[in-house]
Amino acid sequence: MTRDKADTQLMDGGGGKDRDADDLGDEDWGVLGELPGDLMMWVLIVSEFLVFGAALIAFLGVRITDPAGFAADQALLDRTAGAANTIVLVTSGLCAALAVRARDTEARRQARYWLYAACLLGLVFLTVKGFEYWSKACLGIGIDTSQFFTFYYLITGFHAAHVVAGIVLLTLVSFRDSRRNMETVAAFWHMVDLVWVLLFPIIYVLG
Amino acid sequence: MKYHSQKIALAYFVTAMALFLVQVSVGLLLGWIYVAPNTLSDILPFNIARMLHTNSLIVWLLTGFFGAAYFIIPEEAEREIHSEKLAYIQLAILVLGTAGVVVTYVFDLFNGNFLLGKEGREFLEQPLWVKLGIVVAALIFLYNVSMTVLAGRKTAITNVLLIGLWGIALLFLFALYNPSNLSLDKMFWWYVVHLWVEGVWELVMASILAYLMLKLTGVDREIVEKWLYVIVGTALFSGILGTGHHYYWIGTPAYWQWIGSIFSALEVVPFFLMMVFSFVMVWKGRRDHPNKAALLWSLGTTTLAFFGAGVWGFMHTLHGVNYYTHGTQITAAHGHLAFFGAYVSLNLAIFTYAFPILWNRDPYNQVLNMASFWLMAGGMAFMTFVLTFAGTIQTHLQRVMGQYYMDVQDQLSLFYYMRFGAGLAVVLGAILFIYAVLVPRREVIEPGPAVQTAAE
Repeated sequence: MTRDKADTQLMDGGGGKDRDADDLGDEDWGVLGELPGDLMMWVLIVSEFLVFGAALIAFLGVRITDPAGFAADQALLDRTAGAANTIVLVTSGLCAALAVRARDTEARRQARYWLYAACLLGLVFLTVKGFEYWSKACLGIGIDTSQFFTFYYLITGFHAAHVVAGIVLLTLVSFRDSRRNMETVAAFWHMVDLVWVLLFPIIYVLG
Repeated sequence: MKYHSQKIALAYFVTAMALFLVQVSVGLLLGWIYVAPNTLSDILPFNIARMLHTNSLIVWLLTGFFGAAYFIIPEEAEREIHSEKLAYIQLAILVLGTAGVVVTYVFDLFNGNFLLGKEGREFLEQPLWVKLGIVVAALIFLYNVSMTVLAGRKTAITNVLLIGLWGIALLFLFALYNPSNLSLDKMFWWYVVHLWVEGVWELVMASILAYLMLKLTGVDREIVEKWLYVIVGTALFSGILGTGHHYYWIGTPAYWQWIGSIFSALEVVPFFLMMVFSFVMVWKGRRDHPNKAALLWSLGTTTLAFFGAGVWGFMHTLHGVNYYTHGTQITAAHGHLAFFGAYVSLNLAIFTYAFPILWNRDPYNQVLNMASFWLMAGGMAFMTFVLTFAGTIQTHLQRVMGQYYMDVQDQLSLFYYMRFGAGLAVVLGAILFIYAVLVPRREVIEPGPAVQTAAE
């Protein structure tokens, strides 16, 4: 370990100034202790990636058994809505990142506004997603329609549930706006982003 | 023993061990029925004996958990248990209920009576009055320990232990709901059975293990607590939706196959973490605790739980595999090693740690106790292997080749003989364990003098 890192750890260790009471501390976690936000959030993020990763791999695996059926079902998806949602969600992630940056400079009100912007874009995402589900329902398509749509609804549905959870968390930290809380929730929100960026090409685009 | 009320644990542990003996004895009988199927078929049919085997298992493990809570909580909360009297009343209710269950099952009393008769469901077949008694006992228990913790010091260990125990009680309420639709019946039934052993029981396990590691290795509480949080987080993340691996073939929608496969595949993670946790703590620990047997059981429980619950569970949890193996001897192999590794060994670990303290004797009978560990663990490992081989053959003959169930059973008899032998070793180990913690007052083999030597 370099001298600088050791010094930083000494300063941060044992619940330093900018750590909350619920902080688990980061002694003895080595490099893990340097992750922003609460370590438990990173445990959750890794778990989420394992779940979404396994689901997407399973999707690709099952697709091999029925390429024609998957292609036909995929053609029914609204790629424009998906692409628009990608832009919306990534921008929302940017807002969350800017909120953390503003909080770093003690511009707490500004940070709060960035959080609300992130929430708002999250709601836009859910609205677009809702239209997509509604238009599928109008075609009589449901989760049991085909293997493709089972995966489609499971994966995008789980993801949408995370968007809902993310909006709730972002709203919460706009009230309890310690730097650590904000970092923790921003990390969660970026995970939700990243999952979408992975699932959009695999489910909507990949032919 | 720092607190007088820790003595409550003694009564619970002795009751638990008595039921443990009943459980393994009936298990041995069942093992023999597999070899000679007509044994006692008129007096004690297989399905009844199996009910006794599984019910007594669950009840003694829970009794052990209750005892462990009464032992751990005074020390962690730094105060006496709220009411010793209530704790003994709770035990009396549990013992009465257990006796009632045994008598009702064996003599098939009050058949069909909604209050007194058995309910016919697997694992949750207790008569309604016993279920209500369990709820009352659980309420007394929760009141008693919660009042103690609320008034005392709150630690991560007591918090997780309490959440686990509250979860056990609340989820048991689903046992009272018994819909006539079989699919719904099974669906809610797993809310108890699965969310117990692959959910809240893991919280209890992790917290008891954390307590043992704290005491035995002397590692800082902060470090133990961090591990505890991570273990609990991964257990709940994977375990709750992991319930889906019971929803493959019971009439629930097909999407459960993917939810169940993916989440339950991750259930191996908390068990792996618990194993790593226990070994890392022992590695880092600076304390040379004299109770080596408790340490052996603590390391044993995490290792065997990882293999029994984690590896053997993963082996047949993906729905593509389970389509073939469902309900074969593969399931029996997994069930035996998982329960023995995770919850039996955990209980025996806390018993081994607590008894010398409760008796106010030095750590003693280490050798006998450790011999019982190897006898039981060896027997159970052997049983797991032969049942796995039996299950593999059964899967192929019955599910792939399409042979009749009983024709296949005939071809598995060699494995059933070997399983009976393995079961005998486990029963002998259990008797040796109980003797070791209850009877001898001094060490059977004098330990050698402690000498500091450099590694060779």
